Amino acid sequence: MYPAELRYTKEHEWLAVEAGGKVRVGITFYAQQELGDVVYVDLPKEGAEVEAGESFAVVESVKAVSDIYAPVSGRIAAVNADLEEKPELINEEPYGRGWIAVIEVADASEIEATLSAEEYKEHIGEA
Amino acid sequence: MNSGLRRTPLYEAHVALGARMIEFGGWEMPVQYTSLIAEHRTVRSSAGIFDLSHMGEFYFRGEDAEANLQRLLTNDLRRLAPGQAQYSLICNEQGGIVDDVIVYRLADGRFLVVVNAANIDKDRAWIEARLEGDARLDDRSAHTALIAVQGPKSEEILNPLTAADLAGLAGFHALETDVGGVPALVSRTGYTGEDGFEIYAAAEDAARLWTLLLEAGKPYGMVPVGLGARDTLRLEARLPLYGNDLSEKTTPLEAGLGFAVKFDKGEFVGRSALLAQKEKGPGRRLAAFVMNERGGAPRYGYRILHGGREVGSVTSGTFSPTLEQEIGMGYVEAPLAEPGTELEVEVRGRARAAVVIKGRFVPGQAKRA
Repeated sequence: MYPAELRYTKEHEWLAVEAGGKVRVGITFYAQQELGDVVYVDLPKEGAEVEAGESFAVVESVKAVSDIYAPVSGRIAAVNADLEEKPELINEEPYGRGWIAVIEVADASEIEATLSAEEYKEHIGEA
Repeated sequence: MNSGLRRTPLYEAHVALGARMIEFGGWEMPVQYTSLIAEHRTVRSSAGIFDLSHMGEFYFRGEDAEANLQRLLTNDLRRLAPGQAQYSLICNEQGGIVDDVIVYRLADGRFLVVVNAANIDKDRAWIEARLEGDARLDDRSAHTALIAVQGPKSEEILNPLTAADLAGLAGFHALETDVGGVPALVSRTGYTGEDGFEIYAAAEDAARLWTLLLEAGKPYGMVPVGLGARDTLRLEARLPLYGNDLSEKTTPLEAGLGFAVKFDKGEFVGRSALLAQKEKGPGRRLAAFVMNERGGAPRYGYRILHGGREVGSVTSGTFSPTLEQEIGMGYVEAPLAEPGTELEVEVRGRARAAVVIKGRFVPGQAKRA
């Protein structure tokens, strides 16, 4: 449920480091379970600048609205357009087809500051 | 871990079914068991079973019970035959709504008033302070379990279990019978817009009743349904929720509940304030609207605009699993509640277009009274 090769944040996002100084981000299994059925995603625009710790997307379930915080600072290189038609991909494949955006990272050291899978599991009390 | 919240007799059953439990009006209740959307759709296509044991049940007896209830509630009890129920309101002197209730005239001459869970203590105190003559309120809430079976297959599921034949039971009518051997009051009422039954039984029979109903419903695809889907179902049926759409600051006339206010029955608390409002016309009305495009659901407190001007605010809103659109209700200046009016709802800083609708969001299949 928390792949070891990914990094995580306390706000329940995951990051996958990709080539070319980019990270792909989404929300964790825990986050989608807490939210319930996702019905709408407010995606950022490609090219937008984001700051680590700031909200850059909104994921909405039937019952709740949740801000998604940028785990690193940088520029939005891609957004998952599939989420417009099928927001439920976030529930079905939070680490796969439910990815939210790809960020071109400004400062690679910000990635080090994120959590390992073990640290994240401890954070949510599932260690 | 009990955090000081109250639990119904079915708490363990919900946990065993894997329900996610949340706090609701001081109670620990299941919000969903699997997926809110799946539970919602199953009620519309076959059936769902709900634990509503947190709600309140007040029994009234005495020579003056009817006269007292006529004075404290807005609807006219004289219309009720034994076994018949009606929707009604408890109002204060200003016409504000203390609670919305269902009241039954029972076969034995008593009355049963079913109140919202969060208002049990408030309503009991309100009523007790105003009872006159030979009328006694017996609050049986803690001793009563309430389980609802709702959906088009409800009668097929329940009828084989009951001694009485439910085919002849009209909407807003109830009868005393055994359900799988459990004595109960079975009422053809509900909060989903579908045909269905609400079953009142002794608290100590709750677990047994829940289990036998779940078993009986399995071949029909019936599933347990939590408070999450209960809310999306009732909103699609345009049914108001106390605390969101109704409060002591709203009147029945503003809320579109004038059908439950009978001015000609005699004096009742709030009558003169409501009559004055009726004569003038309410300044604001509860409108139901559909968002034109996807963009985030309207939520409680969001501003409603018209021509750039703030004209009201949202009281209920959600994503509708049946329509696959975002829907909501809110109070707006009275003329703007007219069906067809184009409004805007401010969702996360953006004014999003919506249109006021007439009637329900989703056509209802509930049996008529």
